[in-house]
Amino acid sequence: MIDFWPLIGIGIITIGFMLRLNTLLVILIAGVVTGLIAHLQIIEILSILGSSFTQNRYMSLFILILPMIGLLEHYGLKERAEILISSMKNASVSKVTFAYLLLRKVTNAMGLSLGGHPSMVRPLIAPMAEAAAVTENPSITDNQRLRVRAFAAVSENFGNFFSQLIFIGSGGLLLIKGVLNEAGYTMELDDMYVWALPSALASIIIFFLFSKIEQKKATAVLKASEKPEC
Amino acid sequence: MLEYVYQATGLLLIVFAVQTFTDKSNKKRIGTGLFWLIYGFSFTFGLLLPDWFVGVMVLLMTLIAACGLMGIGSYGTSEEKFRMASAKKLKNSLFIPAIIIPVGTILWSKTTGSSALIGLGISSVLALIVALVITKGTVQQSVHEGRRLIDTIGWAAILSQFLAALGYLFGEAGVGDTVSQIVKEIIPNNNLFAYVLCYTFGMALFTIIMGNAFAAFAVITTGVAIPLLMIEQGGNPIIIGVIGMLSGYCGTLMTPMAANFNIVPAALLALKNKNQIIFLQLVPGLLMLTINTFLIYFLAF
Repeated sequence: MIDFWPLIGIGIITIGFMLRLNTLLVILIAGVVTGLIAHLQIIEILSILGSSFTQNRYMSLFILILPMIGLLEHYGLKERAEILISSMKNASVSKVTFAYLLLRKVTNAMGLSLGGHPSMVRPLIAPMAEAAAVTENPSITDNQRLRVRAFAAVSENFGNFFSQLIFIGSGGLLLIKGVLNEAGYTMELDDMYVWALPSALASIIIFFLFSKIEQKKATAVLKASEKPEC
Repeated sequence: MLEYVYQATGLLLIVFAVQTFTDKSNKKRIGTGLFWLIYGFSFTFGLLLPDWFVGVMVLLMTLIAACGLMGIGSYGTSEEKFRMASAKKLKNSLFIPAIIIPVGTILWSKTTGSSALIGLGISSVLALIVALVITKGTVQQSVHEGRRLIDTIGWAAILSQFLAALGYLFGEAGVGDTVSQIVKEIIPNNNLFAYVLCYTFGMALFTIIMGNAFAAFAVITTGVAIPLLMIEQGGNPIIIGVIGMLSGYCGTLMTPMAANFNIVPAALLALKNKNQIIFLQLVPGLLMLTINTFLIYFLAF
């Protein structure tokens, strides 16, 4: 007979997240309840929390990088990235979004979070892609425009997610290391980031294909938009 | 040596805290400052204090965060015009300090053989020095800017360490055993491919539910990957862990729970269908998930 009680923690997390309660609080409650189910005393649970926290301090070493990044941003790091993107010649929907994807991946691999929906996609990438689409297809419909904009957001997510773990000091790698460490598996960061590369490459290829599809969809002159001649 | 890196991190956090307490424009400077102060102390005194005490400190930080006592201040940030002019002047040299981090870390561990984490710590300091030289900025400026970034991250800065503790508690309570027993009921005959599929799709599914791959990772890896893929089948934990996390990210592409990536941008871009981004990401996301499954199956065993 399977003992289902340990799964209460998962249930608490699921419900807590759906109710949009504070993440830390939800995880804390889930952890404490799970510990109590495992017949641990409160003081033992607190000790586990504390010792785990201390042992895993290395997971937050990205904090040391913040002053450097903040300083570079102060002196125009994001603006420099914008200049690089804007200087692209012969823009098209697929070129703009694909180039941005590559930029996002390369800078992510260096540990720089240069992109973002409010800071790059909305003011720069989406308008550029849309403008490129309109230039190629003057009879573009509203729905086609919206789709191009949405796809610009996709380039941000696809570019961002599948390059996160290439950066050797990323929070994700540190978490993986920590969780597996607790289970007795040791590993070094410089062995780990390498295994993020196959998926990154795959995501570049997949995105390239889809950007070509979106390019076709955006520049297709739809019969519905052809106005009848008087 | 690693302890020195922790001391440096703790010190930086304490400086952040002091700057916060004196930042009158931050309406929540007491709560915010306290959070960074306690967090900083956990770094500098972590080994000296009894575990349960650190546990209480973690509790306090959680309460500060949950009660919404953290906020944003002012950091002496530059104006748009200044940044544009500076970007034109410094050009691509701006990227040099950033590249030092991965290059320095890898070089360190290759030449000295000791932990890459120490390399990370040393590279961070080196990169900051190089950045100061290139930009001709001040140390105080850099710390304020660092504080700007960490205030934006907020309480989420401690999330990773938190989740590691959760993973451990789940392990103690037998969550792993329960989940792997359930999986075994569904998949008889030790079918390796089915196990891998369970893990990658489990990661994606749980990320869809929770909206956060990090939280899913602690649970699903402990419940599925460790008992079934690593212990029973002897798979390579590094490959399984890294590509497993990437499978979770596939889930992030498909869920409205990951609001910052999928729903908020839809509003920012004035899309009529607030789920359009998710819709466009479904097929590529599933393709990536399938690829990741095959990658683990072929590379990790």
